[in-house]
Amino acid sequence: MARYIMVIDTRRCVGCMDCVVACKTENNIPEGYTRDWITETVCGEFPTVGLEIRTERCNQCANPPCVSCCPTGASHVHERGGVVLVNKDECIGCKACLAACPYDARFIHPDGYADKCTFCIHRVEKGLDPACVSVCPTHCMHFGDADDPLSEVSRLLTSRPQHTLLPEAGTKPRIYYLT
Amino acid sequence: MTEFTLYRHNPLLDPAVHVWGWEIPVYLFLGGLVAGLMIIAGVRLLIMRPTARQALVCCTVGPLIGLVLLSAGMFALFLDLSHKFYVWRLYLAFEPTSPMSWGAWILLFVYPALLANALTHLPEAIPALAKRVPVLVTISDYILARPRIVVGIGLANMAIGVALGIYTGVLLGAMGARPLWNSAVLGPLFLFSGLSTAAALLHGILVLTTPDDERPQFADFLLSMVARWSQARPLDTRIAPTLAQADNSFLTIELGLLGFLLIGHLTSTAVHQQAAGLLLTGPYAAVFWVFVVGLGILVPLVIQHLELLHRIRHTIAPSLLVLSGGLVLRFVLVAAGQASHWATALP
Ligand code: SF4
Ligand code: SF4
Repeated sequence: MARYIMVIDTRRCVGCMDCVVACKTENNIPEGYTRDWITETVCGEFPTVGLEIRTERCNQCANPPCVSCCPTGASHVHERGGVVLVNKDECIGCKACLAACPYDARFIHPDGYADKCTFCIHRVEKGLDPACVSVCPTHCMHFGDADDPLSEVSRLLTSRPQHTLLPEAGTKPRIYYLT
Repeated sequence: MTEFTLYRHNPLLDPAVHVWGWEIPVYLFLGGLVAGLMIIAGVRLLIMRPTARQALVCCTVGPLIGLVLLSAGMFALFLDLSHKFYVWRLYLAFEPTSPMSWGAWILLFVYPALLANALTHLPEAIPALAKRVPVLVTISDYILARPRIVVGIGLANMAIGVALGIYTGVLLGAMGARPLWNSAVLGPLFLFSGLSTAAALLHGILVLTTPDDERPQFADFLLSMVARWSQARPLDTRIAPTLAQADNSFLTIELGLLGFLLIGHLTSTAVHQQAAGLLLTGPYAAVFWVFVVGLGILVPLVIQHLELLHRIRHTIAPSLLVLSGGLVLRFVLVAAGQASHWATALP
């Protein structure tokens, strides 16, 4: 069974926000909301200062607290690639999943249901990359199956040092940032 | 030095998480209060002395108020839902890992249990109503003629009350993403806070329903506090002291559990220590120390202790303080919990 992951090269990301615009366009995200975003972390003391620019979204956690806390089963793990999705017709808008996500990756859609990144599963099922990956001008984002040792993402994970976000929160995030 | 910049402004999340407003603390407070009313009603039903006014207040008035308060709490919860007309979806699934799902199903059993407890002694507690609705007498006679049913109702109220009280805490405690909430102590804490508010409410009702000539005025209470605190009040011995005694025990346990919650966080990871700091010295400290610990627990403990020693008269003052302390506890924990975050540990 496939296990979809994203590998993002922080050395290439320039924070242009093309991925943000592509997601909003592809998924018709209402004004004032976003499924993906940019963060910048500056560490150290001058002159040894490090900057990491990241494009972030739902980490499609392998141990997703947003799914286990959902009282209706609206939040679920899709059989294809283990992607975490929300069935809007089952969601009551209780916001438990928003409170349970340590990354604040979900929001309440103006229509009332919980919404978040889907890894563009509708595109992936057609053999395409997620919209954000496909538009990135620096090619810093890679999407694929971690269970396939020959996939580009598997190769990148074994060839470069990387980190995930808040691994100590225990959610087993599946977006990896190459450093 | 680490500087973190986030280019996002999603409603309810940025700049600070505030997914739950006033509705959830009110729901958690009323849920805990109803849980306490159920447990006290169940225990009192099993050791009922029908002549005792206090027993009737616990077994009948408490559950009747509980039915109203629970409905109000569930309405608050309903108001919080952002996809309101899908609320029935809660009852098309049982999700064993979701405390909210457990809660939804537990709430279904609360209504019949509370109603059964209220009906058992209703004709004695409210004779005027029983006269107008004779079927109430028939139901009460039917239950009372069958001791097994009485025991069953008492035990059911106790068990469901404990489940409801603990659930209100576990609902927050299960959220690993919010370090302040992430403690198993929250379940028992909310249970005992619910018990203390329920005992305070019932004791307040008992004091208020004491016939006028026996009922002390608030001014009297203040006077007796200031000037005559050392004099015994034989009048007040007519108010059964059990509820005030119980309330003091619940408040003491609640204080201990609050201590355990904070000690647990202070001896845990950096984010948990930071979360405890929100209550101890941070932006929520003033409200926490003054309204939760001081006016909500310590002051009523002292007042009720003096009442029990017959140094001052029984008044509704400690009841009001305990009830407001319980409400503020939920508000502070829900707000401070949302302010606590793992993101402080981001690279
Ligand atoms: S990032 Fe948040 S919303 Fe996404 S799977 Fe993990 S916990 Fe759930
Ligand atoms: S808001 Fe919707 S998806 Fe999230 S926990 Fe509640 S019902 Fe589940």
